[in-house]
Amino acid sequence: MTFQVPCPNCGPRPVEEFTTTGEVRERPVESPSRRDLSHYIYFRRNARGVQTEWWYHRFGCELWFLADRDTHDNRVLETRLPTSSRGEW
Amino acid sequence: MVSRLRAREDERIDRGRPVTFTFDGTAVRGFEGDTFGSAMYAEGRRVFSRSFKYHRPRGLVCCAGQCANCMATVDGRPNVRLCVEPIREGADVNGQNVLGSVDRDFLSAVDRFAGPFTPPGFYYKTFIRPRRLWPLYEKLLRNAAGLGKLNPEATREGRFEKEHRSVDVLVVGGGSEGLQAAIEAAQAGSSVALVDDGPEPGGALLLTESGDEPARALANKAREVGVELLCPARAVGVYEGNLVPIEYDNVLIRMRATEIVVAAGVVEQPLVFPGNDLVGVMLPGAASRLVRFWSIKPGERAVVITADDSGARAVETLKAAGVRVAATVDLRATMPETIVASGKKGRVTGVSIDGDSVRCDLVVASGSPQPAHALLSHAGARVDYDAGRGVFVPVEVPDGIRAVGGAAGDVGQPGLPRPSFGGSGSKAKEFVCICEDQTTKDLRYAHAEGYDSIELSKRYTTVTMGPCQGRLCHLNSVRLYAETSGTDESLIGTTTARPPWSPVSLEVLAGRPHEPARRTSMHDRHKKLGATMMWTGEWRRPYAYGDPAAEVRGVHEAVGIIDVSTLGKILVSGRDAATFLERIYPNRFGDMASGRIRYGVLTSDAGRITDDGTIARLADDTFYVTTTSTGAGAVVEWFEWWNAIWGYELDVVNVTGSLAAINVAGPDARALMERLVDIPVDADSFRYLDARQGHVAGVPSLLLRIGFVGELGYEIHFPSVQGEFLLDALVTEGADFGAVPFGLESQRVLRLEKAHILVGQDTDSESNLLEASMPWILKLDKGDFVGRWSAEQVKARGLETRLVGFRLKTDDLPVEGGQIVGDGQPVGRITSVRRSEAADAIIGLAWVPADKAVEGASFEARVDGELIPAEVTLEPFYDPDGERLRS
Repeated sequence: MTFQVPCPNCGPRPVEEFTTTGEVRERPVESPSRRDLSHYIYFRRNARGVQTEWWYHRFGCELWFLADRDTHDNRVLETRLPTSSRGEW
Repeated sequence: MVSRLRAREDERIDRGRPVTFTFDGTAVRGFEGDTFGSAMYAEGRRVFSRSFKYHRPRGLVCCAGQCANCMATVDGRPNVRLCVEPIREGADVNGQNVLGSVDRDFLSAVDRFAGPFTPPGFYYKTFIRPRRLWPLYEKLLRNAAGLGKLNPEATREGRFEKEHRSVDVLVVGGGSEGLQAAIEAAQAGSSVALVDDGPEPGGALLLTESGDEPARALANKAREVGVELLCPARAVGVYEGNLVPIEYDNVLIRMRATEIVVAAGVVEQPLVFPGNDLVGVMLPGAASRLVRFWSIKPGERAVVITADDSGARAVETLKAAGVRVAATVDLRATMPETIVASGKKGRVTGVSIDGDSVRCDLVVASGSPQPAHALLSHAGARVDYDAGRGVFVPVEVPDGIRAVGGAAGDVGQPGLPRPSFGGSGSKAKEFVCICEDQTTKDLRYAHAEGYDSIELSKRYTTVTMGPCQGRLCHLNSVRLYAETSGTDESLIGTTTARPPWSPVSLEVLAGRPHEPARRTSMHDRHKKLGATMMWTGEWRRPYAYGDPAAEVRGVHEAVGIIDVSTLGKILVSGRDAATFLERIYPNRFGDMASGRIRYGVLTSDAGRITDDGTIARLADDTFYVTTTSTGAGAVVEWFEWWNAIWGYELDVVNVTGSLAAINVAGPDARALMERLVDIPVDADSFRYLDARQGHVAGVPSLLLRIGFVGELGYEIHFPSVQGEFLLDALVTEGADFGAVPFGLESQRVLRLEKAHILVGQDTDSESNLLEASMPWILKLDKGDFVGRWSAEQVKARGLETRLVGFRLKTDDLPVEGGQIVGDGQPVGRITSVRRSEAADAIIGLAWVPADKAVEGASFEARVDGELIPAEVTLEPFYDPDGERLRS
């Protein structure tokens, strides 16, 4: 892993400056079944191809952002700020 | 016997500066500009090493640092390629992988007697029975085959650095094509660096009789237009994002390039014929280098067999050096059926071409020059077999990388040599892979055994896996496999090229040892007070200032002072701060009044405990959050992540470094604070779990009344720069009370007496709130929060295990992590254990089966192999009602 990630603030920087929590997952909004909860917590699609992921510029501007990365060749096609939804609770 | 040719203007040696070193104890004299290999060759040495498996004598083959034939141990460093390693005064060079010396190696018996019986896989098939003896066999076999030995005692010598750099264009290879590409790019305004493995650029130009002048002109031109020349340096590989690590002396340059130009030229390929590994059989480039770089006559009588113009160039150079060329074969014009070299004591004495024998002591032989495509392959280029020219040519080179010259496949129209020239009758070994001692017979044998794919064959025979990494054997092995299986080379395909392309030493990859430490602003005072320091994560903290037991007594009986600056400190402020905290913590914060404090535990959505700390509400929209000592960064990340999803209006600021903190705790803490603080600290004005702002000894501070160590206590948070000042003030003013600074060890005893958990010590990645006995934290009557659903699931399934306190009915201190045993089976573990004077017992925390989590239940712990009875205690061991804490 030596690719570069274009941080929305800082531009392309080496991947070592970042950390990722992996693919974006749909968090259940209502109290989920045990099965759905397990699925949300433990399972990943792990796509071969482009997937949207959370990235954090840990050794940089400390920004969380979304990145569309091709898991096959680590090309980062696009990065952007999330459009947040506060949700109801 | 030193034999050098007449001095030439362009030779690399400086005859006025002699250099002496030893090889196997004997002095060798060379000149500045020599390599170890050239100096040894000039003194008449021809045998440089013994082969990997058969211990056959081996001599110089490439003179370009590619093969294993000249590898030796230099000053204790194994596997140094003598042909390219610059000579050093006083160096101690020794042959390796020999029993005796390279001239007289007793292990060469393997070649004479065992040779016919050692096909690939032989050792594994033969020595597997009886199985229990394999370790012994393996030891013997490993001793008999291999390369140099690493010295396990060796330490780092010298200093190693890493440099992170970027350029517009990086050119790998300093031949004419590479230099021209670099010059053009620089003239177009790009920043350009060029890497070449020679002491000066020039590449193949330097191997031709008329090439020195144009090479020098190109190099000068490149310098003029601003090309940065890195030589001698080696590109290790091409990695994602056009990153090329370059080994340049003791520096690993991590070079990022917008465009990489691979101008690595070609790799001359050996011909495969019986006796092709005899000492004196070398590639044309090797002969040219010996003559042109170091003015050495490579032999007396030469036979030259080549598939392209390299033969004519070699003949010209050899003749200029006074070598008699006894026979020349241009494979473009004639293709012999057989070529067989014969020798005496491992050194070539003649070649027979289609039965016509020629006497010689030097055979210069090569096949089609193979484009050096490895770096392109790393970047994702494919290679295709070019049947007409008998080489692999790079195709589909990805964006951002470009090949020029020989590396791109520009190798002219060479003759197509036979995959092997042994014919049918020959019994002598013909080597496909000289590094790993693999012959045509071995490869055919592997094929017959069913290893019909080149990748399988590679793993079975180890062909291409030696030090040359396939440079000199990949093409030949593929061609032999195609011939053996009666198919086309393009169907055989290639093995995968992976970095490193050039050998790179581990110390360069490791770089400078780098162990960052964080110190609090009171670090030097701790040392002056006699503290023993210890690591906690990246922090350095006082373990104790003397006797930890005395420190514990001091806190219980008078007042103690501890530096808790390592606590993570985070300001969460903004309109939605309270809502945010309620949603990220399992407990409530919305109903908390300003000036109050609550304990909080963070859990993941899987319900696992990740961190804990206190949350003080400073104002309606401002909270001051503390975390564990190593958790600040992770908690800030966690907060920011969730808020990136939720989008609440709030700011999260990590103030861990800018604020110091001291905890003052003990029955005399209030009296001590009264002397120093400008706000009332009486029990009614400043209650337990109150947060107040004031000045301590004049220092603006946030005071938190919390009690991690179980006594009346004040945690003072204040600007880091005042750390030493405030510590001094507290120690000085506290002297009358018998105030003691205390360290981490006594704090651990004190908190254990209160059964306060340490996240990460008493919990692990499996621990949840309910089983960690903190049900009061969970507020399932509020809305959604991180970890809620998993907590509900745990509640529904019931508790399986519980974290409880225990007293041991013995005097032996068990180890933390010790086993808890039930019915002879491990059923839990001890997470913390200390001797407590206050509780007059050995106390601890342990995970036990849920049914044991009742007051007075007994279980057994394994201590030093013995089972020791213990008793469950659900209340804190000290001040169970918290009267002292609240006083």
